[in-house]
Amino acid sequence: MSQAGANLQLDGSGRLLHFLTIEGLPREMLTEILDTAEGFTGVSERTVKKVPLCRGKIVANLFFENSTRTRTTFELAAKRLSADVLNLNISASATSKGETLLDTLRNLEAMHVDMFVVRHASSGTAHFIAQHADPGVGVMNAGDGRHAHPTQAMLDMFTIRRHKGEFAGLRVAIVGDILHSRVARSQILALNTLGVSEVRVIAPRTLLPADTRSLGVHVYHDMQEGVRGVDVIIMLRLQRERMQGALLPSEHEYFRLFGLTEERLALADPQVIVMHPGPINRGVEMDTQVADGGKSVILQQVSYGIAVRMAVISMVIGSQNLRTQR
Amino acid sequence: MQTKKFMDAEAVESLVDVMAGKLWSDLNDRAISAPLMVGIRTGGVWIAEMLHQELGLPDPLGTLDISFYRDDYTRIGMNPEVHPSDLPVPLDDRHIVLVDDVLHTGRTIRAALNEIFDYGRPASILLATLVDRGGRELPIQPDVVGLRPSLDPAQHITLTGPDPLGLVIGNHANRRSRNEEEPET
Repeated sequence: MSQAGANLQLDGSGRLLHFLTIEGLPREMLTEILDTAEGFTGVSERTVKKVPLCRGKIVANLFFENSTRTRTTFELAAKRLSADVLNLNISASATSKGETLLDTLRNLEAMHVDMFVVRHASSGTAHFIAQHADPGVGVMNAGDGRHAHPTQAMLDMFTIRRHKGEFAGLRVAIVGDILHSRVARSQILALNTLGVSEVRVIAPRTLLPADTRSLGVHVYHDMQEGVRGVDVIIMLRLQRERMQGALLPSEHEYFRLFGLTEERLALADPQVIVMHPGPINRGVEMDTQVADGGKSVILQQVSYGIAVRMAVISMVIGSQNLRTQR
Repeated sequence: MQTKKFMDAEAVESLVDVMAGKLWSDLNDRAISAPLMVGIRTGGVWIAEMLHQELGLPDPLGTLDISFYRDDYTRIGMNPEVHPSDLPVPLDDRHIVLVDDVLHTGRTIRAALNEIFDYGRPASILLATLVDRGGRELPIQPDVVGLRPSLDPAQHITLTGPDPLGLVIGNHANRRSRNEEEPET
């Protein structure tokens, strides 16, 4: 699926047709996304916070799974590009996969929707929709199961580049539930594609996939050891339901072993930045002082998320337009 | 693509001197003392930098990247080399001098005007271009021009630079590949 996903995402000249996964995208493409996003950052500070690029286009948010931040920033991004946005609240219970998903798709295509932004609890849903969408219709993966969350990864890369300038030479630690995290998977791929020096994952054994080393990361089970000297710390959200699965004894125990405190932060590089995709569980993943402290760039990540999503939406809609003209 | 040198850096600089003189008297006629100068990326910024210096304008130079306002986005896709526009001073009620390198169809200027109005409401806008090569598709005319060459419609004239600046003439054949894309001027 990954290979097919990569081919599906790019046209013959290497333009972005869909944005489904970081896998298979060359470094030049990731850099192009970051550069384009840079161009959009100023739009939020103007009198008119809109550019006319996607005027007359319709973007449909198809969220089969709950989300506030991602859905809102996708919506704002599309609106700042002057597109019209449809928010479809489809609960996972009302729609099963397969035929009904395709029916939903066909119905929306009949309304001449130009882009689908898809979040689903099942891995591969966005890819499936991209395979079946009409030419001219782009698909954005806003998170699929444990598989990928590429726009989150790119806004994290954008935040890192804004603070650190270059990727070469950086040491980045990702802390938490790597096993269930689509965010971590996409981040690791993006960091390695962009050429950071080292990606570390810090997690208990129960929250690591069996094949961690094949992802090109160094594994640490000890927080103090793992954060030593790193330039970037990315904390992942701990999903409370993991506690019921007997993967962790308690939130308190998790914080004692893997929580980010001021003392642990002091072991990292003095210029370290702390990131989190949100929403934060204060006192579980990190101390309140760290979350609100001077090294935290968590709220900037949210702002940058709009510029990065504007970049990928405009690139995909632009390439899909070309596709239908040929 | 075949191109040939049309003007060297020295000749371009003397054109800018001519523009500065015309602009100076035009601004005087309108009783504008401290306009805000804005260059259109990329060539327009090079010319604007020189004009800005020659006129000794007090406010910093603004730059516009009109990629997000182009009317051919649906035909050529996203420009992969977009830069943020930078207008460091609020432009509400200010007199603006908009500078570009080559004026052709007028579509770039249309896009630039739209972008300027998304930043605020200027008191007036003057247009200064190094070259006016004719071939307008929109009702847009420059106030200050360095040079009006007579060119064949198939020919195009481009400012190269920034160091050294030069004007080259080429033919429109073999356009439309991604990396050679020329903005509509």
